[in-house]
Amino acid sequence: MTQNNSEEQDLQTLMDKIPDNLWVKCPFCKASFYRKKLGKYYECPECSFGFRIGHEKRISLICDEFTPINADLKTSSRFDDEKYLSKLDKSRKITGLNEGVQTGIGKIGQQSFGIAVMDWRFIMGSLGTATGEKLTRLFEKCTDENLPVVVFSASGGARMQEGIHSLMQMAKVSQAVADHSKKGLLYISVLTDPTTGGVTASFAMEGDINISEPHTLIGFAGRRVIEKTIQQRPPKDFQRAETLLKNGFLDAIVKRSEMKSTLAKLLAWN
Amino acid sequence: MTKSAYDRVMAARSSNKISIHDLVAGLTDDFIELHGDRAYGDDPAVYAGIGTIDGLPVTITSIQKGFDTDSNIERHFGSAEPDGYRKALRLMKQAEKFNRPIINLINTPGAYPGVDAEYHGQGYMIAQSIMQGLNLSVPYISIIVGEGGSGGALALAVGDCVWAMENSVYSILSPEGYATILWKDSSRAAEAAEQMGLTPEDLIENGIIDKIIPEVCDTETINSLKNELLKKINELKKLPKDELLDNRHKRYRKFN
Repeated sequence: MTQNNSEEQDLQTLMDKIPDNLWVKCPFCKASFYRKKLGKYYECPECSFGFRIGHEKRISLICDEFTPINADLKTSSRFDDEKYLSKLDKSRKITGLNEGVQTGIGKIGQQSFGIAVMDWRFIMGSLGTATGEKLTRLFEKCTDENLPVVVFSASGGARMQEGIHSLMQMAKVSQAVADHSKKGLLYISVLTDPTTGGVTASFAMEGDINISEPHTLIGFAGRRVIEKTIQQRPPKDFQRAETLLKNGFLDAIVKRSEMKSTLAKLLAWN
Repeated sequence: MTKSAYDRVMAARSSNKISIHDLVAGLTDDFIELHGDRAYGDDPAVYAGIGTIDGLPVTITSIQKGFDTDSNIERHFGSAEPDGYRKALRLMKQAEKFNRPIINLINTPGAYPGVDAEYHGQGYMIAQSIMQGLNLSVPYISIIVGEGGSGGALALAVGDCVWAMENSVYSILSPEGYATILWKDSSRAAEAAEQMGLTPEDLIENGIIDKIIPEVCDTETINSLKNELLKKINELKKLPKDELLDNRHKRYRKFN
Protein backbone atom coordinates (compact mmCIF):
# COMPACT_ATOMS: atom_id res chain seq x y z
CA MET A 1 0.00 0.00 0.00
CA THR A 2 2.66 2.47 1.11
CA GLN A 3 4.85 1.35 -1.78
CA ASN A 4 2.04 2.05 -4.23
CA ASN A 5 1.37 5.42 -2.73
CA SER A 6 4.93 6.53 -3.07
CA GLU A 7 5.01 5.27 -6.67
CA GLU A 8 1.92 7.30 -7.39
CA GLN A 9 3.53 10.31 -5.81
CA ASP A 10 6.66 9.85 -7.89
CA LEU A 11 4.54 9.58 -10.98
CA GLN A 12 2.64 12.71 -10.02
CA THR A 13 5.91 14.58 -9.47
CA LEU A 14 7.09 13.46 -12.87
CA MET A 15 3.77 14.45 -14.49
CA ASP A 16 3.92 17.87 -12.87
CA LYS A 17 7.22 18.46 -14.60
CA ILE A 18 5.65 17.92 -18.02
CA PRO A 19 4.38 21.23 -19.40
CA ASP A 20 0.61 21.24 -19.95
CA ASN A 21 0.82 22.29 -23.55
CA LEU A 22 3.27 19.68 -24.75
CA TRP A 23 0.54 17.79 -26.56
CA VAL A 24 -2.03 19.43 -28.73
CA LYS A 25 -5.22 18.23 -30.31
CA CYS A 26 -6.30 19.29 -33.79
CA PRO A 27 -9.69 21.03 -33.45
CA PHE A 28 -10.67 19.64 -36.85
CA CYS A 29 -9.50 16.00 -37.09
CA LYS A 30 -9.02 15.56 -33.33
CA ALA A 31 -5.60 13.96 -33.81
CA SER A 32 -3.31 14.39 -30.80
CA PHE A 33 0.34 15.04 -31.41
CA TYR A 34 3.51 16.44 -29.92
CA ARG A 35 3.38 20.24 -30.09
CA LYS A 36 6.66 20.49 -31.98
CA LYS A 37 5.00 18.70 -34.88
CA LEU A 38 2.86 21.81 -35.53
CA GLY A 39 6.02 23.29 -37.01
CA LYS A 40 6.56 26.88 -37.90
CA TYR A 41 3.31 27.04 -39.89
CA TYR A 42 1.07 25.79 -37.08
CA GLU A 43 -0.43 23.15 -39.34
CA CYS A 44 -1.91 19.85 -38.20
CA PRO A 45 0.54 17.13 -39.33
CA GLU A 46 -2.40 14.80 -39.97
CA CYS A 47 -4.96 16.88 -41.87
CA SER A 48 -3.13 20.17 -42.66
CA PHE A 49 -5.72 22.25 -40.81
CA GLY A 50 -4.16 25.64 -40.09
CA PHE A 51 -4.35 26.41 -36.38
CA ARG A 52 -5.57 29.92 -35.57
CA ILE A 53 -2.71 32.39 -35.41
CA GLY A 54 -2.47 36.08 -34.58
CA HIS A 55 -1.55 38.92 -36.90
CA GLU A 56 2.19 39.03 -36.03
CA LYS A 57 2.67 35.35 -36.80
CA ARG A 58 0.65 35.55 -40.02
CA ILE A 59 2.57 38.54 -41.29
CA SER A 60 5.91 36.93 -40.45
CA LEU A 61 4.90 33.84 -42.46
CA ILE A 62 3.89 35.89 -45.51
CA CYS A 63 5.96 39.07 -45.70
CA ASP A 64 9.68 39.63 -46.03
CA GLU A 65 9.05 43.23 -44.99
CA PHE A 66 6.03 44.93 -43.44
CA THR A 67 5.18 48.53 -42.55
CA PRO A 68 1.92 49.10 -40.68
CA ILE A 69 -0.42 52.01 -41.51
CA ASN A 70 -3.18 53.68 -39.49
CA ALA A 71 -2.02 51.80 -36.41
CA ASP A 72 -3.43 54.47 -34.09
CA LEU A 73 -6.97 54.28 -35.41
CA LYS A 74 -9.47 53.42 -32.70
CA THR A 75 -13.20 52.97 -32.49
CA SER A 76 -15.25 56.12 -31.83
CA SER A 77 -15.75 57.25 -28.24
CA ARG A 78 -19.52 57.31 -28.77
CA PHE A 79 -19.50 53.56 -28.12
CA ASP A 80 -19.13 53.86 -24.37
CA ASP A 81 -20.74 50.77 -22.90
CA GLU A 82 -18.48 49.70 -20.07
CA LYS A 83 -18.57 46.02 -20.83
CA TYR A 84 -17.63 46.77 -24.42
CA LEU A 85 -14.82 49.10 -23.40
CA SER A 86 -13.32 46.45 -21.14
CA LYS A 87 -13.52 43.93 -23.99
CA LEU A 88 -11.70 46.37 -26.25
CA ASP A 89 -9.12 46.92 -23.59
CA LYS A 90 -8.49 43.23 -23.12
CA SER A 91 -8.27 42.65 -26.86
CA ARG A 92 -5.78 45.49 -27.23
CA LYS A 93 -3.57 43.98 -24.55
CA ILE A 94 -3.67 40.50 -26.07
CA THR A 95 -3.03 41.54 -29.66
CA GLY A 96 -1.02 44.73 -29.30
CA LEU A 97 -3.42 46.28 -31.82
CA ASN A 98 -5.83 49.17 -31.37
CA GLU A 99 -8.35 47.45 -33.63
CA GLY A 100 -9.13 43.94 -34.85
CA VAL A 101 -7.23 44.20 -38.11
CA GLN A 102 -3.60 44.94 -38.84
CA THR A 103 -3.09 46.78 -42.13
CA GLY A 104 -0.02 47.93 -43.94
CA ILE A 105 2.27 47.57 -46.91
CA GLY A 106 4.09 44.28 -47.20
CA LYS A 107 6.75 42.92 -49.50
CA ILE A 108 7.50 39.45 -50.83
CA GLY A 109 10.86 39.81 -52.53
CA GLN A 110 10.59 43.01 -54.58
CA GLN A 111 6.79 42.83 -54.89
CA SER A 112 4.94 45.39 -52.76
CA PHE A 113 1.30 44.92 -51.85
CA GLY A 114 -1.29 46.09 -49.35
CA ILE A 115 -2.00 43.53 -46.69
CA ALA A 116 -4.68 43.25 -44.02
CA VAL A 117 -4.80 40.54 -41.37
CA MET A 118 -7.85 40.25 -39.16
CA ASP A 119 -7.02 38.97 -35.69
CA TRP A 120 -9.53 36.48 -34.24
CA ARG A 121 -8.27 37.29 -30.73
CA PHE A 122 -9.74 40.79 -31.00
CA ILE A 123 -13.43 40.26 -30.06
CA MET A 124 -13.51 37.28 -32.44
CA GLY A 125 -12.22 39.36 -35.35
CA SER A 126 -15.53 41.17 -35.47
CA LEU A 127 -16.08 43.95 -37.99
CA GLY A 128 -16.42 47.21 -36.09
CA THR A 129 -16.38 50.75 -37.45
CA ALA A 130 -12.63 51.17 -36.95
CA THR A 131 -11.98 47.73 -38.48
CA GLY A 132 -13.96 48.86 -41.53
CA GLU A 133 -12.16 52.20 -41.62
CA LYS A 134 -8.72 50.57 -41.55
CA LEU A 135 -9.66 48.19 -44.35
CA THR A 136 -11.20 51.02 -46.39
CA ARG A 137 -8.11 53.20 -45.99
CA LEU A 138 -5.86 50.31 -47.02
CA PHE A 139 -7.83 49.82 -50.25
CA GLU A 140 -7.87 53.58 -50.88
CA LYS A 141 -4.11 53.87 -50.39
CA CYS A 142 -3.48 50.91 -52.68
CA THR A 143 -5.84 52.37 -55.31
CA ASP A 144 -3.83 55.61 -55.21
CA GLU A 145 -0.48 53.83 -55.33
CA ASN A 146 -1.46 51.12 -57.84
CA LEU A 147 -0.79 48.26 -55.46
CA PRO A 148 -2.52 44.89 -55.23
CA VAL A 149 -4.20 43.95 -51.93
CA VAL A 150 -4.25 40.68 -49.98
CA VAL A 151 -6.74 40.40 -47.11
CA PHE A 152 -6.61 37.55 -44.59
CA SER A 153 -10.09 37.38 -43.10
CA ALA A 154 -10.86 35.78 -39.75
CA SER A 155 -14.08 36.93 -38.20
CA GLY A 156 -17.21 36.00 -36.36
CA GLY A 157 -18.98 38.69 -38.44
CA ALA A 158 -20.35 42.11 -37.60
CA ARG A 159 -19.50 43.58 -34.19
CA MET A 160 -22.76 43.43 -32.24
CA GLN A 161 -21.69 46.12 -29.78
CA GLU A 162 -21.51 48.70 -32.58
CA GLY A 163 -24.90 47.76 -33.98
CA ILE A 164 -26.07 49.10 -37.32
CA HIS A 165 -22.83 51.12 -37.72
CA SER A 166 -21.03 47.83 -37.99
CA LEU A 167 -23.44 46.71 -40.74
CA MET A 168 -22.65 49.86 -42.72
CA GLN A 169 -18.97 48.84 -42.84
CA MET A 170 -19.94 46.06 -45.21
CA ALA A 171 -21.03 48.70 -47.73
CA LYS A 172 -18.15 51.07 -47.01
CA VAL A 173 -15.41 48.47 -47.46
CA SER A 174 -17.19 46.96 -50.49
CA GLN A 175 -17.10 50.30 -52.28
CA ALA A 176 -13.38 50.67 -51.53
CA VAL A 177 -12.89 47.20 -53.06
CA ALA A 178 -14.95 48.21 -56.10
CA ASP A 179 -12.91 51.41 -56.66
CA HIS A 180 -9.68 49.43 -56.36
CA SER A 181 -11.00 46.89 -58.86
CA LYS A 182 -12.10 49.57 -61.36
CA LYS A 183 -8.48 50.63 -61.61
CA GLY A 184 -7.58 47.15 -62.82
CA LEU A 185 -5.85 46.19 -59.59
CA LEU A 186 -5.72 42.73 -58.07
CA TYR A 187 -7.41 41.77 -54.81
CA ILE A 188 -6.75 38.35 -53.31
CA SER A 189 -9.05 37.37 -50.48
CA VAL A 190 -7.73 34.64 -48.18
CA LEU A 191 -10.47 33.24 -45.95
CA THR A 192 -8.98 31.78 -42.78
CA ASP A 193 -10.57 29.95 -39.88
CA PRO A 194 -13.21 31.15 -39.11
CA THR A 195 -14.72 33.53 -41.68
CA THR A 196 -18.42 34.05 -41.12
CA GLY A 197 -21.37 36.47 -41.09
CA GLY A 198 -20.99 39.98 -42.41
CA VAL A 199 -17.38 39.47 -43.43
CA THR A 200 -18.27 36.49 -45.64
CA ALA A 201 -21.20 38.59 -46.90
CA SER A 202 -18.89 41.41 -47.98
CA PHE A 203 -15.18 41.86 -48.72
CA ALA A 204 -14.13 38.24 -48.04
CA MET A 205 -16.23 37.15 -51.03
CA GLU A 206 -15.28 40.05 -53.30
CA GLY A 207 -11.76 39.05 -54.30
CA ASP A 208 -10.66 38.57 -57.89
CA ILE A 209 -9.28 35.39 -56.38
CA ASN A 210 -10.76 33.86 -53.23
CA ILE A 211 -8.62 31.23 -51.54
CA SER A 212 -8.62 29.42 -48.24
CA GLU A 213 -6.70 26.94 -46.09
CA PRO A 214 -7.66 23.27 -45.57
CA HIS A 215 -10.84 22.69 -43.53
CA THR A 216 -11.39 26.39 -42.82
CA LEU A 217 -14.81 27.23 -41.45
CA ILE A 218 -16.55 29.59 -43.89
CA GLY A 219 -20.21 30.51 -43.74
CA PHE A 220 -22.84 33.19 -43.55
CA ALA A 221 -25.27 31.99 -40.88
CA GLY A 222 -24.03 30.31 -37.72
CA ARG A 223 -24.48 26.57 -37.31
CA ARG A 224 -26.68 26.95 -34.23
CA VAL A 225 -28.98 29.45 -35.94
CA ILE A 226 -29.37 27.05 -38.86
CA GLU A 227 -30.04 24.10 -36.55
CA LYS A 228 -32.72 26.09 -34.79
CA THR A 229 -34.33 27.15 -38.07
CA ILE A 230 -34.41 23.78 -39.83
CA GLN A 231 -34.64 21.63 -36.67
CA GLN A 232 -31.95 19.37 -38.06
CA ARG A 233 -28.22 18.93 -37.78
CA PRO A 234 -26.42 19.99 -40.92
CA PRO A 235 -23.66 17.66 -42.18
CA LYS A 236 -20.35 18.03 -40.37
CA ASP A 237 -18.47 19.46 -43.33
CA PHE A 238 -21.17 21.77 -44.64
CA GLN A 239 -19.37 25.05 -43.93
CA ARG A 240 -15.83 23.88 -44.59
CA ALA A 241 -13.52 25.17 -47.32
CA GLU A 242 -13.66 21.84 -49.22
CA THR A 243 -17.45 22.12 -49.52
CA LEU A 244 -17.24 25.71 -50.74
CA LEU A 245 -14.61 24.67 -53.29
CA LYS A 246 -16.84 21.84 -54.52
CA ASN A 247 -19.82 24.22 -54.77
CA GLY A 248 -17.83 26.77 -56.73
CA PHE A 249 -17.22 29.55 -54.21
CA LEU A 250 -13.45 29.26 -53.81
CA ASP A 251 -10.67 29.32 -56.39
CA ALA A 252 -8.29 27.13 -54.41
CA ILE A 253 -7.41 25.64 -51.06
CA VAL A 254 -3.77 26.28 -50.23
CA LYS A 255 -1.84 24.81 -47.30
CA ARG A 256 -0.37 27.43 -45.01
CA SER A 257 3.13 26.18 -45.74
CA GLU A 258 2.53 26.96 -49.43
CA MET A 259 0.61 30.21 -48.99
CA LYS A 260 3.55 32.59 -49.41
CA SER A 261 4.84 31.00 -52.62
CA THR A 262 1.29 30.84 -54.03
CA LEU A 263 0.64 34.51 -53.26
CA ALA A 264 4.04 35.45 -54.73
CA LYS A 265 3.07 33.81 -58.04
CA LEU A 266 -0.42 35.30 -58.17
CA LEU A 267 0.94 38.77 -57.36
CA ALA A 268 3.62 38.43 -60.05
CA TRP A 269 1.22 37.18 -62.72
CA ASN A 270 -1.32 39.99 -62.35
CA MET B 1 -47.69 58.57 -26.37
CA THR B 2 -44.25 57.51 -27.47
CA LYS B 3 -43.86 53.87 -28.31
CA SER B 4 -41.03 51.86 -26.85
CA ALA B 5 -38.44 50.49 -29.28
CA TYR B 6 -39.85 47.02 -28.81
CA ASP B 7 -43.39 48.23 -29.59
CA ARG B 8 -41.90 49.43 -32.85
CA VAL B 9 -40.39 45.99 -33.47
CA MET B 10 -43.83 44.46 -32.91
CA ALA B 11 -45.51 47.01 -35.18
CA ALA B 12 -42.91 46.32 -37.88
CA ARG B 13 -43.68 42.60 -37.65
CA SER B 14 -47.45 43.03 -37.41
CA SER B 15 -49.59 41.05 -39.82
CA ASN B 16 -51.67 44.22 -40.31
CA LYS B 17 -48.72 45.80 -42.09
CA ILE B 18 -49.40 46.46 -45.78
CA SER B 19 -48.17 43.54 -47.90
CA ILE B 20 -45.50 44.17 -50.51
CA HIS B 21 -47.95 42.96 -53.19
CA ASP B 22 -50.50 45.59 -52.20
CA LEU B 23 -47.83 48.23 -51.96
CA VAL B 24 -46.54 47.47 -55.46
CA ALA B 25 -50.09 47.36 -56.81
CA GLY B 26 -50.83 50.70 -55.17
CA LEU B 27 -47.68 52.43 -56.37
CA THR B 28 -47.76 51.27 -59.98
CA ASP B 29 -50.27 51.83 -62.79
CA ASP B 30 -49.39 48.38 -64.06
CA PHE B 31 -46.82 45.76 -63.05
CA ILE B 32 -45.39 42.58 -64.56
CA GLU B 33 -43.63 40.15 -62.23
CA LEU B 34 -40.40 38.69 -63.60
CA HIS B 35 -39.02 35.41 -62.30
CA GLY B 36 -35.81 33.50 -61.96
CA ASP B 37 -32.13 33.96 -61.31
CA ARG B 38 -30.95 32.26 -64.56
CA ALA B 39 -28.62 30.05 -62.54
CA TYR B 40 -30.53 27.91 -60.14
CA GLY B 41 -34.09 28.81 -59.29
CA ASP B 42 -36.78 31.32 -58.45
CA ASP B 43 -37.04 32.39 -54.84
CA PRO B 44 -40.66 33.29 -53.99
CA ALA B 45 -39.44 35.50 -51.11
CA VAL B 46 -38.13 37.94 -53.70
CA TYR B 47 -40.95 39.62 -55.62
CA ALA B 48 -39.65 41.63 -58.54
CA GLY B 49 -40.53 43.02 -61.92
CA ILE B 50 -41.17 46.07 -64.07
CA GLY B 51 -44.02 48.50 -63.72
CA THR B 52 -44.89 52.10 -64.36
CA ILE B 53 -45.50 54.87 -61.85
CA ASP B 54 -47.50 57.66 -63.51
CA GLY B 55 -46.24 56.31 -66.81
CA LEU B 56 -42.57 56.15 -65.76
CA PRO B 57 -41.08 52.65 -66.13
CA VAL B 58 -39.30 51.44 -63.00
CA THR B 59 -37.80 48.18 -61.79
CA ILE B 60 -39.04 47.07 -58.40
CA THR B 61 -37.37 44.33 -56.39
CA SER B 62 -38.55 43.37 -52.95
CA ILE B 63 -38.37 40.86 -50.15
CA GLN B 64 -41.81 39.87 -48.97
CA LYS B 65 -43.33 37.88 -46.15
CA GLY B 66 -46.28 35.58 -46.75
CA PHE B 67 -49.99 36.31 -46.22
CA ASP B 68 -50.84 32.92 -44.70
CA THR B 69 -49.05 29.86 -43.34
CA ASP B 70 -48.45 28.23 -46.72
CA SER B 71 -47.07 31.33 -48.37
CA ASN B 72 -45.00 32.10 -45.29
CA ILE B 73 -43.42 28.67 -45.40
CA GLU B 74 -42.76 29.03 -49.11
CA ARG B 75 -41.15 32.43 -48.56
CA HIS B 76 -39.35 31.41 -45.35
CA PHE B 77 -41.26 34.18 -43.55
CA GLY B 78 -39.63 36.79 -45.74
CA SER B 79 -36.09 35.42 -45.71
CA ALA B 80 -34.45 35.28 -49.11
CA GLU B 81 -32.15 32.57 -50.39
CA PRO B 82 -29.10 33.24 -52.56
CA ASP B 83 -31.16 32.65 -55.71
CA GLY B 84 -33.46 35.44 -54.50
CA TYR B 85 -30.57 37.87 -54.27
CA ARG B 86 -29.27 36.64 -57.63
CA LYS B 87 -32.68 37.34 -59.18
CA ALA B 88 -32.82 40.80 -57.61
CA LEU B 89 -29.32 41.65 -58.81
CA ARG B 90 -30.08 40.36 -62.31
CA LEU B 91 -33.12 42.61 -62.56
CA MET B 92 -31.33 45.61 -61.06
CA LYS B 93 -28.60 45.23 -63.69
CA GLN B 94 -31.28 44.98 -66.33
CA ALA B 95 -32.73 48.22 -64.98
CA GLU B 96 -29.32 49.85 -65.42
CA LYS B 97 -29.13 48.61 -69.02
CA PHE B 98 -32.47 50.20 -69.86
CA ASN B 99 -31.84 53.28 -67.72
CA ARG B 100 -34.79 52.54 -65.43
CA PRO B 101 -34.82 53.72 -61.81
CA ILE B 102 -34.73 51.01 -59.16
CA ILE B 103 -37.07 50.88 -56.18
CA ASN B 104 -36.41 48.23 -53.54
CA LEU B 105 -39.02 47.39 -50.93
CA ILE B 106 -37.72 45.55 -47.90
CA ASN B 107 -39.52 43.51 -45.29
CA THR B 108 -37.23 40.75 -44.06
CA PRO B 109 -36.07 39.45 -40.70
CA GLY B 110 -32.80 38.52 -42.44
CA ALA B 111 -31.31 36.29 -45.13
CA TYR B 112 -32.44 32.67 -44.81
CA PRO B 113 -30.23 30.57 -42.53
CA GLY B 114 -30.49 27.18 -44.22
CA VAL B 115 -28.12 24.46 -45.39
CA ASP B 116 -28.95 24.91 -49.08
CA ALA B 117 -28.67 28.67 -48.70
CA GLU B 118 -25.11 28.13 -47.48
CA TYR B 119 -24.36 25.66 -50.30
CA HIS B 120 -25.62 28.14 -52.89
CA GLY B 121 -23.50 30.98 -51.57
CA GLN B 122 -25.63 33.15 -49.28
CA GLY B 123 -22.57 35.15 -48.20
CA TYR B 124 -21.26 35.50 -51.75
CA MET B 125 -24.57 36.70 -53.16
CA ILE B 126 -25.10 39.31 -50.43
CA ALA B 127 -21.53 40.53 -50.98
CA GLN B 128 -22.09 40.82 -54.73
CA SER B 129 -25.47 42.52 -54.32
CA ILE B 130 -23.79 45.13 -52.12
CA MET B 131 -20.70 45.71 -54.26
CA GLN B 132 -22.47 45.70 -57.62
CA GLY B 133 -25.54 47.48 -56.28
CA LEU B 134 -23.43 50.40 -55.07
CA ASN B 135 -22.27 50.93 -58.64
CA LEU B 136 -25.50 50.75 -60.65
CA SER B 137 -25.65 54.03 -62.54
CA VAL B 138 -29.40 54.65 -62.27
CA PRO B 139 -31.44 56.17 -59.43
CA TYR B 140 -31.73 53.54 -56.70
CA ILE B 141 -34.11 54.08 -53.78
CA SER B 142 -34.79 51.61 -50.96
CA ILE B 143 -37.68 51.59 -48.53
CA ILE B 144 -37.66 49.62 -45.28
CA VAL B 145 -41.33 48.68 -45.12
CA GLY B 146 -41.34 46.52 -41.98
CA GLU B 147 -38.30 44.64 -40.77
CA GLY B 148 -34.87 45.48 -42.14
CA GLY B 149 -32.87 42.53 -40.91
CA SER B 150 -29.12 42.72 -41.17
CA GLY B 151 -27.09 41.82 -44.28
CA GLY B 152 -30.20 40.35 -45.88
CA ALA B 153 -31.73 43.84 -45.93
CA LEU B 154 -28.51 45.72 -46.68
CA ALA B 155 -28.12 43.67 -49.87
CA LEU B 156 -31.05 45.65 -51.32
CA ALA B 157 -30.35 48.93 -49.52
CA VAL B 158 -27.14 50.37 -50.93
CA GLY B 159 -28.58 53.02 -53.21
CA ASP B 160 -28.93 56.80 -53.27
CA CYS B 161 -31.34 56.96 -50.37
CA VAL B 162 -32.91 54.66 -47.84
CA TRP B 163 -36.34 55.55 -46.48
CA ALA B 164 -38.17 53.85 -43.67
CA MET B 165 -41.83 53.61 -42.82
CA GLU B 166 -42.97 54.92 -39.47
CA ASN B 167 -43.48 51.40 -38.13
CA SER B 168 -40.26 49.81 -39.24
CA VAL B 169 -36.91 48.80 -37.79
CA TYR B 170 -33.48 48.31 -39.31
CA SER B 171 -30.80 46.51 -37.34
CA ILE B 172 -27.75 44.32 -37.35
CA LEU B 173 -29.70 41.43 -35.88
CA SER B 174 -33.11 40.76 -34.32
CA PRO B 175 -33.37 42.06 -30.74
CA GLU B 176 -33.89 38.43 -29.66
CA GLY B 177 -30.65 37.39 -31.38
CA TYR B 178 -28.80 40.37 -29.97
CA ALA B 179 -29.94 39.55 -26.42
CA THR B 180 -28.91 35.93 -26.93
CA ILE B 181 -25.43 36.80 -28.16
CA LEU B 182 -24.65 39.54 -25.67
CA TRP B 183 -26.49 38.34 -22.57
CA LYS B 184 -27.30 34.72 -23.43
CA ASP B 185 -30.95 35.51 -22.72
CA SER B 186 -33.41 35.97 -25.59
CA SER B 187 -36.17 37.06 -23.18
CA ARG B 188 -34.37 40.40 -22.79
CA ALA B 189 -35.35 41.37 -26.35
CA ALA B 190 -37.20 44.52 -25.27
CA GLU B 191 -34.15 45.79 -23.44
CA ALA B 192 -32.00 44.91 -26.44
CA ALA B 193 -34.32 46.83 -28.77
CA GLU B 194 -33.87 49.97 -26.64
CA GLN B 195 -30.13 49.67 -26.80
CA MET B 196 -29.85 48.86 -30.49
CA GLY B 197 -31.05 52.16 -31.91
CA LEU B 198 -33.23 50.43 -34.49
CA THR B 199 -36.19 52.82 -34.74
CA PRO B 200 -36.53 55.19 -37.71
CA GLU B 201 -35.91 58.16 -35.38
CA ASP B 202 -32.61 56.68 -34.18
CA LEU B 203 -31.63 55.72 -37.72
CA ILE B 204 -32.26 59.13 -39.23
CA GLU B 205 -30.18 60.76 -36.51
CA ASN B 206 -27.25 58.56 -37.47
CA GLY B 207 -27.68 59.09 -41.20
CA ILE B 208 -28.44 55.40 -41.76
CA ILE B 209 -31.75 56.39 -43.33
CA ASP B 210 -32.68 59.64 -45.06
CA LYS B 211 -36.39 59.97 -44.52
CA ILE B 212 -39.22 58.61 -42.40
CA ILE B 213 -42.37 58.06 -44.41
CA PRO B 214 -45.84 57.94 -42.89
CA GLU B 215 -47.16 54.42 -42.46
CA VAL B 216 -48.81 53.42 -45.74
CA CYS B 217 -52.28 52.07 -45.03
CA ASP B 218 -54.74 53.62 -47.51
CA THR B 219 -55.01 55.35 -50.87
CA GLU B 220 -54.04 58.69 -49.49
CA THR B 221 -50.81 57.50 -47.88
CA ILE B 222 -49.94 55.41 -50.95
CA ASN B 223 -50.41 58.40 -53.24
CA SER B 224 -48.31 60.55 -51.02
CA LEU B 225 -45.48 57.96 -51.14
CA LYS B 226 -45.88 57.73 -54.91
CA ASN B 227 -45.42 61.49 -55.20
CA GLU B 228 -42.38 61.46 -52.93
CA LEU B 229 -40.83 58.72 -55.04
CA LEU B 230 -41.47 60.53 -58.32
CA LYS B 231 -40.05 63.73 -56.91
CA LYS B 232 -36.88 61.99 -55.73
CA ILE B 233 -36.47 60.00 -58.96
CA ASN B 234 -36.74 63.17 -61.04
CA GLU B 235 -34.19 64.87 -58.83
CA LEU B 236 -31.76 61.96 -59.14
CA LYS B 237 -32.32 61.58 -62.90
CA LYS B 238 -31.09 65.11 -63.47
CA LEU B 239 -27.67 64.29 -62.05
CA PRO B 240 -24.87 63.23 -64.40
CA LYS B 241 -24.07 59.54 -63.73
CA ASP B 242 -20.66 60.34 -62.24
CA GLU B 243 -22.21 62.71 -59.77
CA LEU B 244 -25.01 60.29 -58.90
CA LEU B 245 -22.47 57.57 -58.06
CA ASP B 246 -20.11 59.96 -56.34
CA ASN B 247 -22.87 61.18 -54.02
CA ARG B 248 -23.94 57.62 -53.35
CA HIS B 249 -20.44 56.47 -52.49
CA LYS B 250 -19.94 59.42 -50.15
CA ARG B 251 -23.14 58.43 -48.38
CA TYR B 252 -21.58 55.10 -47.36
CA ARG B 253 -18.00 56.34 -46.94
CA LYS B 254 -18.98 58.53 -44.02
CA PHE B 255 -19.93 55.70 -41.62
CA ASN B 256 -17.17 55.73 -39.05
